[in-house]
Amino acid sequence: NVPDPLITEVQDWAMSFGDGVDASPYGLPIQYESDVVRRNVEWLTADTTSSINFTPIHALDGTITPQGCAFERHHSGAIELRKEDYRLMINGLVDTPLVFSYADLERFPRENHVYFCECAANTGMEWAGAQLNGAQFTHGMIHNMEYTGVSLRTLLTEAGLEAAGDLSDKWVYVEGADASSNGRSIPMDKALDDVLVAFKANGEALRKEHGYPVRLVVPGWEGNMWVKWIRRIEVTANAVESREETSKYTDTLEDGTSRKWTWVMDAKSVITSPSPQAPITHGSGPLVITGLAWSGHGAITRVDVSKDGGKTWETARLAKPGEKMALTRFYLDTEWNGEDMLIQSRAMDETGYVQPTKHQLREVRGENSIYHNNCIQTWHIMPNGEAENVEVS
Amino acid sequence: DRNIAGFPENPPVMTAIAAPVVSSGLIGAANASTGAGEGKFGLGRVALPEEIAAWDVDVSPDGTGLPVGSGSVEDGEMLFSEGCAVCHGEFAEGVGNWPKLAGGEGTLANDDPVKTVGSYWPHLSTAWDYVNRSMPYGNAQTLSDDDVYAIVAYILYSNFLVEDDFVLSNENFLEVELPNADGFIIDDRAETEYTIWRTEPCMENCKDSVEITMRATVLDVTPQEEAAAAQAAVAQTAAVTEPVAEAPAAEAAAVVAAAEADALDPMLVAAGEKVFGKCKACHQVGDGAKSRTGPHLNGIIGADIGAVDGFKYSKVLAEMGGTWTHETLAAFLADPRGFAKGTKMSFAGLKSEDDIAAVTAYLASFQ
Repeated sequence: NVPDPLITEVQDWAMSFGDGVDASPYGLPIQYESDVVRRNVEWLTADTTSSINFTPIHALDGTITPQGCAFERHHSGAIELRKEDYRLMINGLVDTPLVFSYADLERFPRENHVYFCECAANTGMEWAGAQLNGAQFTHGMIHNMEYTGVSLRTLLTEAGLEAAGDLSDKWVYVEGADASSNGRSIPMDKALDDVLVAFKANGEALRKEHGYPVRLVVPGWEGNMWVKWIRRIEVTANAVESREETSKYTDTLEDGTSRKWTWVMDAKSVITSPSPQAPITHGSGPLVITGLAWSGHGAITRVDVSKDGGKTWETARLAKPGEKMALTRFYLDTEWNGEDMLIQSRAMDETGYVQPTKHQLREVRGENSIYHNNCIQTWHIMPNGEAENVEVS
Repeated sequence: DRNIAGFPENPPVMTAIAAPVVSSGLIGAANASTGAGEGKFGLGRVALPEEIAAWDVDVSPDGTGLPVGSGSVEDGEMLFSEGCAVCHGEFAEGVGNWPKLAGGEGTLANDDPVKTVGSYWPHLSTAWDYVNRSMPYGNAQTLSDDDVYAIVAYILYSNFLVEDDFVLSNENFLEVELPNADGFIIDDRAETEYTIWRTEPCMENCKDSVEITMRATVLDVTPQEEAAAAQAAVAQTAAVTEPVAEAPAAEAAAVVAAAEADALDPMLVAAGEKVFGKCKACHQVGDGAKSRTGPHLNGIIGADIGAVDGFKYSKVLAEMGGTWTHETLAAFLADPRGFAKGTKMSFAGLKSEDDIAAVTAYLASFQ
């Protein structure tokens, strides 16, 4: 037993000064955490201006995603739009078409909510088999933030919905200000329920890459509908069936027919550590298995974890009770005997929905759906503590 | 629900009394707004008809929003070749990872379905709407209505859905039916999946045996971590040495950069980097730059025109001769198709002389 010089010898940091205040007026993570960054899979897309990168979920804990490493998805690059130049129009079947400035939006009553935003294509590369080796790449098209904004209901009420008549079959078409003109149709029921026109995330202004100064938040529904740089909301009699709701974000089944309007993100979970990018480095003994669970149908009520590829399961501990359409952190505080493990997690939500296996999903949908892959993920933990992405029988 | 501050039960909304409406002050007419009604705050201003016309251009499957106009397959072929083929291919077959717009009929039930306008898209309105609002990529919203009709007509032709003498217009638009119009069903997960999966899950003896059937490592397509790790190491080393050498090193770097770049104005170069954002979708510059949709641009100033090794130029640039100077590059960037009629570069040109000077300076910094 050799005394630890980090303890027995006086270290530099215990003698001299560290940085003063203002060394970095807006701080970045300490240099030792520089590997906790978004990453891109270059071969996925033709160009980074219409592409996606991935949240380093393997290296995060808790549930709130810092904005600086929350995944980005652009269809025509992240534009720079000043608050002064921002306009939001509401038109179509409304009593009075209106234009709001950013300052106008700040004068409506505000709400705060924590919600996850998951790209419909999250885990989409895994349909035909295990492909990407890391939770960041298989499950990192997700983030979870506390949003501040005005309810869409408030803005629609301001424009007046008498002109729309019976609201039960009406829609709103929402459109962004960037060159992609990303637009989606949202049924009026949802628009009047919990959709938020948000301008702050985690307490501060939205980042450019997340739609500064204003984006739409559509709780529990696929990320493509969360239109960034939102500039127009049109009340319509029908769905516009734009490019992003017909040629993309539709799910092709085995027989070649495709599901459209698959908006809700079903219950899903993944073990973030240990995982391929977060191996076990401490040998056998006490081990914390942890991960994230979420459901677009409501709150997560239970997460089970298997260490033997799904033969037996034990119920994990939720860090706190699940919240509607928000990430839930789970922990399984366990012992590792140093042998191979096939670890899986299985989420359940308040509607009783149980996260399916990949076999179950393929049975209904085949392998060409691309979107909405919420299957149970398996990591193979090897005796040396390293992990790999596998599929099991 | 984590409702930290929900919508107040009785917000201080205005009553039915007309109230002065806040206006941005930019447009006088906008002051003639409605008064606030029941449950309203009286915020915002009335959207003017011209403003609605400028932004409300989406087109629906029933033809709502479609402007009067027409375009032929013949005109569309020329427009497509000039503005679209660089990414989508001369026959709309797609280049590299860029979308294929034609072909793929009968493949939707295959292992790798080819989803194109012809094989997959249900509505022609979607094609018209997307071309009109979002194309060409990097130069969106520059096409006239007739051009959009012509390009959509050519896409139909590429999919063998119309003859070569076809003219698409707002009059015959709804007569065109796409092959996969009936290929979609509305989300049926509630019936086909939820009823099956809302059951009490198995906890013990759920399977007899478990075997690994596939490993991601076999494919080996995961981005490698070495680069990130190396960067982290560099950052740490740099941080250790920086406090001592920071100021002189920064000065030295500035001097070297200035000398190398032939006394380029750093402000101009920085401005040019921003302008280059318009070019980046197709052109790379700097360390490791490769030719992709367009040629790489390292050392472009002083290089022979149409001479980057391995890049397949349009005939006009391949045969033009001469070199790229600040002047020739400026002329090309101001009006690409005027300078080189028939160029594949689908870029309308830079309107601002300042932008041209800036981006030229930026490119000159990569000699």
